[in-house]
Order: sequence, then structure tokens, then C-alpha cells
Amino acid sequence: MQGFSVTLLLTVVALSVGFVIGVVVALGRVYGNKIIAAICIGFIEIIRGTPLLVQLFILYFGLPSVGIRLDPLSAALIGLSINSGAYQAEYLRGSLQSIESGQMIAARTLGMSKLRSIQYIILPQALRITIPAWSNELIYLLKYTSIAYIIQVNELFAEARFIASDSFRYLEMFAIIAIIYLVTTIIFTEIIDRVEKRFRIPGIGHHKTLEMRAVL
Amino acid sequence: MPMLECKNIHKSYGDLEVLKGISLTMEKGETKVIIGTSGTGKSTLLRCINLLHPPDQGQIWLEGKEITGKRADINQIRQKIGFVFQDFNLFNHLTALRNVSIGLEKVKGMEKEDAQKRALAELEKVGLKKQADQYPAQLSGGQKQRVGIARALAMDPLVILFDEPTSALDPELIGDVLDVMKSLAHKVAMLVVTHEMGFARNVADEIIFMEGGYIVESGTPSKMFRNPKHKRTKEFLGKIATLYGEEKEGG
Repeated sequence: MQGFSVTLLLTVVALSVGFVIGVVVALGRVYGNKIIAAICIGFIEIIRGTPLLVQLFILYFGLPSVGIRLDPLSAALIGLSINSGAYQAEYLRGSLQSIESGQMIAARTLGMSKLRSIQYIILPQALRITIPAWSNELIYLLKYTSIAYIIQVNELFAEARFIASDSFRYLEMFAIIAIIYLVTTIIFTEIIDRVEKRFRIPGIGHHKTLEMRAVL
Repeated sequence: MPMLECKNIHKSYGDLEVLKGISLTMEKGETKVIIGTSGTGKSTLLRCINLLHPPDQGQIWLEGKEITGKRADINQIRQKIGFVFQDFNLFNHLTALRNVSIGLEKVKGMEKEDAQKRALAELEKVGLKKQADQYPAQLSGGQKQRVGIARALAMDPLVILFDEPTSALDPELIGDVLDVMKSLAHKVAMLVVTHEMGFARNVADEIIFMEGGYIVESGTPSKMFRNPKHKRTKEFLGKIATLYGEEKEGG
């Protein structure tokens, strides 16, 4: 059970810290000047273009050679957060760019600064649009945290392997683990669905789904 | 000293010069209507005045202060210049009430409660008190545009710029919006780009005919409709009259 709480910790921290990174990087990419945008694009491309496993190895096995020693859990937390941040930045960028330019123009016309327009008008809409992508990211993270066992983090999967090799009950043990992942995924999906409903803008979205169903 | 003065405004996009030297003045509470064919720079002129697209050349003064200077505080100036858009541009994620109150709260720094009280009063003026809690997607086009007007009014602007406020509306919804605009005449200055000749004739203090980036002619409605000096003005008004089924000026 301790493994499960480590898995949850990794998932929740990576999603939350990744969210903060994602918001900053997406805003930098869309609204920043050329230099800031270039830095953000570089970050996104490097993180998305390299395997998470390589990133974790660099953090855990590579950094000690420059004098930075991280314990396995910290390395996994940092690695997963940065990795998720790059993906979340791209989800949010898509949402930011889908918002009509008239929203920003109207906000500026009222006398809002660019930053405030983003804060009060653009972001609240873009974040709502991003919620389904987050549902994806959350589930993906939950399962991807199992990679951390390779750098000796005792999360759910590592624990299962340990018990299985001790008792030789591989099938039973991994079946149980699969079910735990599955149930957790279903619970997470349900939570995000509720969040999405809670923040739905009346008159938008729901009708479209109904309309599309009718067309199909 | 006029409330708003534009002097020799030029604006180009790339190689295309859209405004070729526009000058106009507006007094407090005055209503001026800009007419002209599409692509003659009417909307661009409005966007120059509130510095959405700052002019390349020329100056604009608001209450005697130059707003086109480098030192001018754009956000401060825009509070005094309302803008009503052709396609409304209401904030999609906010109720009608919050659409009107958010500027008061976040720009003018009013307390939330006071801002909402004021916003409700503005919504009442445009006949939408009942719709205060509805979201833009739940409103008709005409209602959206009236919220747009309330949003501009709430900021206590010196002048409101209207960029074809009824062009995106179904014909039967135009009347309500025009009625609201009429009710504002002489209370706040309005510079209106529109094809609604009825509004121009009945409400405007002056009609400005623009073509090809210039002001061709301007004058009172009776002068412009009865005997425009320029051939182009005559042709344009003739075409509009046929298109929109305007009856001849009766007196």
C-alpha cells in the first residue's frame, strides 16, 4: 500500500507542478517576445523529443557527476513534473490559440493591460477548454509513474515486482496491480468529468455535443 | 477646445494606405455617423482613435491632451473611449452582469458589490436587467450587442465608438439596438460607423462620408441627404437608398 501512495504522490505532484510549468511556458510561447517564445519552444521540443526514461536517468545517474545528488523520489518527482509541464504547455497553447482575437481586443479596449486581459479574460476560457486534455494527462501520468521503479523508487509497480518475485505469484500479483491502476484511472476520470461540468460555460459545449450526435 | 480632435491621420497596412489624412473633431455629447462603402477605412479610423491600431502619422487629442504621443498611457486613455464591436466580443465565460462589471472592478478598481450594482443599472438602461445572469451564448444577437453597449457605458467614457453595431444582426433585432443608441444621444458622444441611414438621418448631428481613405464630404443630415455637394456622395446615398429601401427625405 505504501507503493500506491508513492504512485499517487508522483501523479498528483507531477500534474500540479507540471500545470504551473505548463501555464508559464504556454503563455511565454504565445504572448512572449521572440526570445521568450524561442526559449519556451526549445524547452517543449527538448522534453517532448526525448524519452522520459532518458530524462530520469540524466537526473538520477547523470547529475551526481556535476555534484547534484538527488534521492530516487526527488529525481522522479522533478523529472515527471518537467515532462508533464512540456506536454501541458502544448495542450494549453492549443486552447489559448483557439480563443478568438476579439476577446483580447475587447479586454484591451476596456483599458485592461495585456497581462490583466490574459489573467481575467483569456486564461479562464483557455483553461476550461484544456480540461479534457488534462484528463488524458492525469491518466497517462498515473501509469507512466511506473517508469520510476527503474531508478529505484518504491512505487506501486516496484512493490508489486518485489512481492511477486518473493512469492513467485507473478500472474496474480500483476493482475491485482493492473486492476488497481484501472480502478484509479476510472476514479480520476470521474473526478475530472465533474470538474469539467462544474466549470462548463452555460450555453457552450453541451449543445454542440448534442448537435454532433444528431448529425451523426 | 473640442473634446476629441483627430488631425491628419494616416494609416497603412504594409503597402496599402488605408487612411490618407483624416481630420475630424467631436464635441461633448455629439453624435456623428460615418458612412461609406466597405474597405474605405471607416473601421480603421475607429481603431486608430482608440489606439488599437495606432496611426502612422497625425495626432489625436482627447480633452486637449495628445494621446498619440509616446508618453501617453494607453490603458488610461482607453477607459475614456468606449468601443462597441460588430461581432459583440462579449467575454464568453462571464454572465451579462460580469461582462459589464469586470471593467469597473479590474480596471477602475471598484469594489465587487458596487461594480455589480452599477452594472445592473447599466443593464437596466439597455433593457436587459432580467438577463443579468445569462451567459453570452444564451443571449440573442441583439441582446448581446446591448450588453456590449452597457459594458462600454459603464466605464463612463467621453465618447463611444460604434463599429457597424447592427451589421451582424437579424433585421428584426436591429431596432432594439438602435433604440438604445438613440436613447444615448446627447448624453455621451458617439462616433458611429453604420449603414443604417434611418439612424443617421434621425440621430446624427453630422454625417461624414468617407471614400478611399479620405473624408469626401460631411454635413448635417438634411444637407447630406437633400443636396450633397459631391457626385460620389450622391451616388453612394442613392445606392444605399435602393439597397435598404429608404424612402425619400420627407421633411
